[in-house]
Amino acid sequence: MAGHENAPNDPIIICEDVHKWFDDFHVLRGITTSFQTGERAVICGPSGSGKSTFIRTLNRLEEHQRGTIIVDGVELSDDLRNINLIRQEVGMVFQQFNLFPHLSNLQNITLGPIRVRKMTKSEAEEIALSLLERVDIADQAYKYPSEISGGQQQRVAIARALAMEPKIMLFDEPTSALDPEMITEVLDVMRELARSGMTMLVVTHEMGFAREVADRILFFDEGAIVEDAAPADFFDNPQHERTKLFISQTLQH
Amino acid sequence: MEEREFTQEMKPPAHTKSPARWLKDNLFNTWYNVLLSCLVLVVLFFVFKVLLTWAFTEAKWGVIPANLQLFGVGSYPREQIWRVWSVIYIFCVLVGLSAGIWGALTLRFALVLGGIWFIGALSPFELSTRGWFLGAVATTVVSLLLGRGRTNLRPWILGGWLLSFPLIMIVLRGFGENGVLTSNWGGLLLTLILAVVGIVVSFPLGVFLALCRQSDLPAIRWISTAYIEAVRGVPLITILFMGNILVPIFMPGLDINQVLRMMLGITFFSAAYMAENVRGGLQGIPRGQHEAAQAVGLNYVQTMLFIVLPQALRSVIPAIVGQFIALFKDTSLVAIIGLIDLLGVARSVIANPDWFGLQAEVYLFAAIIYFIFSYSMSYGSQEIETALGVGEH
Ligand SMILES: Nc1ncnc2c1ncn2[C@@H]1O[C@H](COP(=O)(O)OP(=O)(O)O)[C@@H](O)[C@H]1O
Ligand SMILES: [Mg+2]
Repeated sequence: MAGHENAPNDPIIICEDVHKWFDDFHVLRGITTSFQTGERAVICGPSGSGKSTFIRTLNRLEEHQRGTIIVDGVELSDDLRNINLIRQEVGMVFQQFNLFPHLSNLQNITLGPIRVRKMTKSEAEEIALSLLERVDIADQAYKYPSEISGGQQQRVAIARALAMEPKIMLFDEPTSALDPEMITEVLDVMRELARSGMTMLVVTHEMGFAREVADRILFFDEGAIVEDAAPADFFDNPQHERTKLFISQTLQH
Repeated sequence: MEEREFTQEMKPPAHTKSPARWLKDNLFNTWYNVLLSCLVLVVLFFVFKVLLTWAFTEAKWGVIPANLQLFGVGSYPREQIWRVWSVIYIFCVLVGLSAGIWGALTLRFALVLGGIWFIGALSPFELSTRGWFLGAVATTVVSLLLGRGRTNLRPWILGGWLLSFPLIMIVLRGFGENGVLTSNWGGLLLTLILAVVGIVVSFPLGVFLALCRQSDLPAIRWISTAYIEAVRGVPLITILFMGNILVPIFMPGLDINQVLRMMLGITFFSAAYMAENVRGGLQGIPRGQHEAAQAVGLNYVQTMLFIVLPQALRSVIPAIVGQFIALFKDTSLVAIIGLIDLLGVARSVIANPDWFGLQAEVYLFAAIIYFIFSYSMSYGSQEIETALGVGEH
């Protein structure tokens, strides 16, 4: 299986006509798309359009009610074994960081490898320390999340997800809760990750990041994919009125 | 001038105040506080004067030392008293080893415990009793020294604590005719056994019930809710009466002894309250914590064990310890059923014609004992909170 990462017709995520309702509210209305291994996709769209819900169905933090989702060859269903398998392959970074406040930064990162991957404590700590080095905060390992800045917390959260050695990384507005001066440090880490060949799905409104890093931009509106194009086409030649409006509004400020 | 006042305000507050300054700031800072303080002082003066005059002139404290063994162990036979001391020694070994290994809070506890034994050894008891006390001091100190720095023993010590409960019961009871029937267990010994068993069993049971009440499965949720609400709707004394009278009537084949029935009643009662306290803590944990744990790949049990419960329980330590204290004091209700716990001993001493009319002395003594244990738990809970850094991270 040499060259597997770059095999062009080998999607790592396949979504077929995915629907989801919150009670009577139709959040996802037939999402059909796929993502290649190593692909970097940015998802944008107005608030409430279902972006978070969509990427959360990919590691089954939300259940979809119709259609199929296949991640790394495993179909997402009620089967708990499949869910646990997928969650080991898919890392997630949240808008609110969601670090574990009662654990040190290092313990936040080693918990998954020790409990799920069954590593020894010293193996896991070695990996955690090298990851903290990679996200540039090795000196904060033994502090608690409440003792470091938001930007640093989000980088710990990225390290926590990476420690599970996932094949896919999901980001749900990773910089939206940050003060402006901390956004860059988090985006820098994500750029580095993109360069390393990680498959990434990023919900964000950072259009500069999207233009620079993304292979593809998907525009969501009212639970459906309205536009799906390479960044150049997306910004310079959008096909749909809603996309044009969104781009003009977003780029205004 | 304005500016000057401002810079003065910016100074950090002084850490120590002279007593006179403290009095002035806290009790005599306004005219109505002066009035209130004086009033309270006058009332306190008279209450204490009356109380102390009574305690030092009228009260006949002789009733306490004369019945000390009764208060301690009830009608536990004299020639079997070594069983109680064995239990105390088991406890000393575990406390000593834990103190040596964990240090900090456990170390202070061990030192206080050793101090109490030491005072016992110096007190004018019978020589054999003083010998037992001295042995307890030695056991505590030796275990402490043996445990020092042996961090690799931690799992063994935890296992030892768990094993100690059945072991203590067996040592206290012995076997068959040569042992001590539970109907002879009494005094502070019985009170402590009921309380410790109640606390140790109702805590995990309460956590379990709280988790069930939050379950996604309606049947489990419904059953646990029904249990909790049913128990909370009934006074403990009715549950104890039911255990005492109804169980033997309706299940005559089921020959459970009375102490065990009371233990079960207290435990099941307390578990319902414990569950509600824990539920309060569980509800305070944001959904993001569950989601982050799941996203890392933890399963339900791991999520609860490593992420949710540590945070939830930490936030409700005061409520949980409050429930422990309530349980400890509520064990006195078994005296109404006819068991001779600490309060039961107090009642039987008063009923003895030799000690006629000494209710005040006896009840005050019992109250002080209850207070010492309750306050220790309360103090311990504050110390644990500080040690865990509750509210810090
Ligand atoms: N757990 C939930 N229960 C009910 N409605 C929800 C829930 N989560 C999200 N929604 C609704 O679904 C819609 C899409 O939400 P979301 O996927 O978070 O949008 P986006 O991330 O694009 O802003 C919103 O209208 C939101 O109110
Ligand atoms: Mg969102």
